[in-house]
Amino acid sequence: MVGVSTTQMKSMFEDMVTARHYEERLQEEYLEGKQPAFDISAGPIPGELHLAAGHEAAGAGVCAHLRDDDTVTAPHRPHHVAIAKGVDLKRMTAEIFGRETGLGKGKGGHMHLFDPDVNFACSGIIAEGCPPAAGAGLAAKKRNTDSVAVAYLGEGAIDQGAFLESLNFAAVHDLPVVFVIEDNDWAISMPKERVTDVENGAQRAAGFELPGVRVDHDDALAVYDAAEEAVGRARDRNGPTVIEVQVHRRMGHFMGDPESYRPEEDQAAAQARDSIERLADDLRSHGVDDDTIEELRESAHERVEEAIEWAKDQPQPDPEDAHEDMFVNPPSGVTDTEPDYELAGGDD
Amino acid sequence: MAQQEKREVIERELTMSRAMVEAIATEMRDNEEVFYMGEDVADYGGIFDSTEGLLDEFGYDRIMDVPISETAYLGAAVGAAQEGMRPIAELMFVDFFGVAMDQIYNQMAKNTYMSGGNVSVPMVLTAAVGGTYNDAAQHSQTLYGTFAHVPGMKVVVPSTAYDAKGLMHNAIRDDDPVVYMFHKRLMGIGWLPAPKGPKTPVPEEDYTIPFGSADLKREGDDVTIVTLGLHVHRALDAAESLADDGVDAEVVDLRSLVPLDTDTIVESVEKTGNLVVVDEDYRSYGVTGEIVASVADESLGALDAVERVALPDVPIPYSRPLEQEVVPDAEDIEAAVQRTQ
Repeated sequence: MVGVSTTQMKSMFEDMVTARHYEERLQEEYLEGKQPAFDISAGPIPGELHLAAGHEAAGAGVCAHLRDDDTVTAPHRPHHVAIAKGVDLKRMTAEIFGRETGLGKGKGGHMHLFDPDVNFACSGIIAEGCPPAAGAGLAAKKRNTDSVAVAYLGEGAIDQGAFLESLNFAAVHDLPVVFVIEDNDWAISMPKERVTDVENGAQRAAGFELPGVRVDHDDALAVYDAAEEAVGRARDRNGPTVIEVQVHRRMGHFMGDPESYRPEEDQAAAQARDSIERLADDLRSHGVDDDTIEELRESAHERVEEAIEWAKDQPQPDPEDAHEDMFVNPPSGVTDTEPDYELAGGDD
Repeated sequence: MAQQEKREVIERELTMSRAMVEAIATEMRDNEEVFYMGEDVADYGGIFDSTEGLLDEFGYDRIMDVPISETAYLGAAVGAAQEGMRPIAELMFVDFFGVAMDQIYNQMAKNTYMSGGNVSVPMVLTAAVGGTYNDAAQHSQTLYGTFAHVPGMKVVVPSTAYDAKGLMHNAIRDDDPVVYMFHKRLMGIGWLPAPKGPKTPVPEEDYTIPFGSADLKREGDDVTIVTLGLHVHRALDAAESLADDGVDAEVVDLRSLVPLDTDTIVESVEKTGNLVVVDEDYRSYGVTGEIVASVADESLGALDAVERVALPDVPIPYSRPLEQEVVPDAEDIEAAVQRTQ
């Protein structure tokens, strides 16, 4: 293991601060028009919004090892991963605001972000990104490249068939895939212990004779180390790995979630554990001074503000565009001319 | 494809499975990014001969047996296609769709649209469909309507070897997800004898049949029979019998459900005035209702009489007399036509 460089740490810190500030700012924007009475379809950001404050270490620690040609699939709580993977922040924000210049021209929304330039996609159904990640790994293997694929999922997804089937598929074909479980203790309102008997979701890997490691605390550097090994293993064609990272859900499952099911002390504990401040301390111990840390924070905040302002200035889509983009090459395949053969024995 | 200048008569006949495999093999030779995944597609050659002989030429890496794990391998096909490869993934029986429908309905079909056209999913999902051999409720469905219903997938159904080859070439070359539904009874498998019709002359070279081009399998003036798959042949049998009674039936083979060639259907109905839609899928909320509604939308005044012939809304029963009762045969089609006259 080479170990993390200060430059790498600063880059992760920037991603994490960007992601945290992004979620906090989206929360503010989202609630506009939804107060005092919460109406999910009102305001400048319509629909559901699942924010990932408290998950940042899992995004930054893994994606620090990835290149643009590596593929990432994320679940419904995707922003921190997208930011760490280098997704175009302005166009992603425009998509969340449902604007014409968004990544999906306003057709996808925050659970369905696609940025093919950096091979990022996310989707809204639990564990469904695992098979396509395995497929991206399969493509890398067939093309004999050293690209890898990473599938993110929550701890609530470890009992889904799509995850378990993908583990087997990736294992049997030795695919360069890393499965990253973000354990935030809660599947909406269901605490982990009520729905699964394993404390460590990475143990699922054992049934497929794959390595499974758990990072017990949301420490970006510990995630970085675990991912260095797993991504390296995948790049070297030594097969898949499962990593579980303990993260914390600092906000509700979705904006508007009253969290009445959640003990106050659990919420307080989540607030107290802050992977970003932890990494700031790590930076200091690597000799980075407070001014530099503050500058990193400020530039990250500026980037977020810029993206949000830009997105809000973007036009709403033309309603007629709802009928476009069904197919890549409309209206149908590669040819529109019927061949003209004379077949024996008939007029077919 | 350019018009053939020389009118050479094509004599070579193939079964539908050989024609389908020939197209796959040609595409695999031409493009290293094409590969086939499915259960028992390698050594076995596909339970319904869909990959017969391909392993010998292409090996296990490109003719891939996969775990019995449809969610994993269909989803992996989506992922590989999004990387730009051209996977063909097979559902051994279309009836198995249920265990993997999320990958099909929520990703394969929707990712292009949800990405605003930034992502393409150039894959083919092949699926064996259909009954008539007493395989009961979980192995006999066609589910044409189920696959054609959700937007985002092109759905094609060949009824002859000639069509099977041209449609397969087009399906693999298409940049969008294509569901290629082949009827088991038409493949020409030794243990599942085909009717006479699907084995046809097939050109040696590759050619494409455009999607959304229905084919007049028989011309006639009195009634339009619109159908697909196995029932093209049953409709042709009915038409022969009807001709003896002086009723001249036109048989329109849809060949693709998405896109649907409404023009050809409407043109035919405007000529004959009578429409009989024949389907091996369930009657309610399916292909028959859709075709009738499409004609009504376009040309309501042309319709003098309409009949639907489809599976009644029951699961497909096992026992021979029970299955024969529910799967439409030539006599059912003939009777429906007579009711329009």
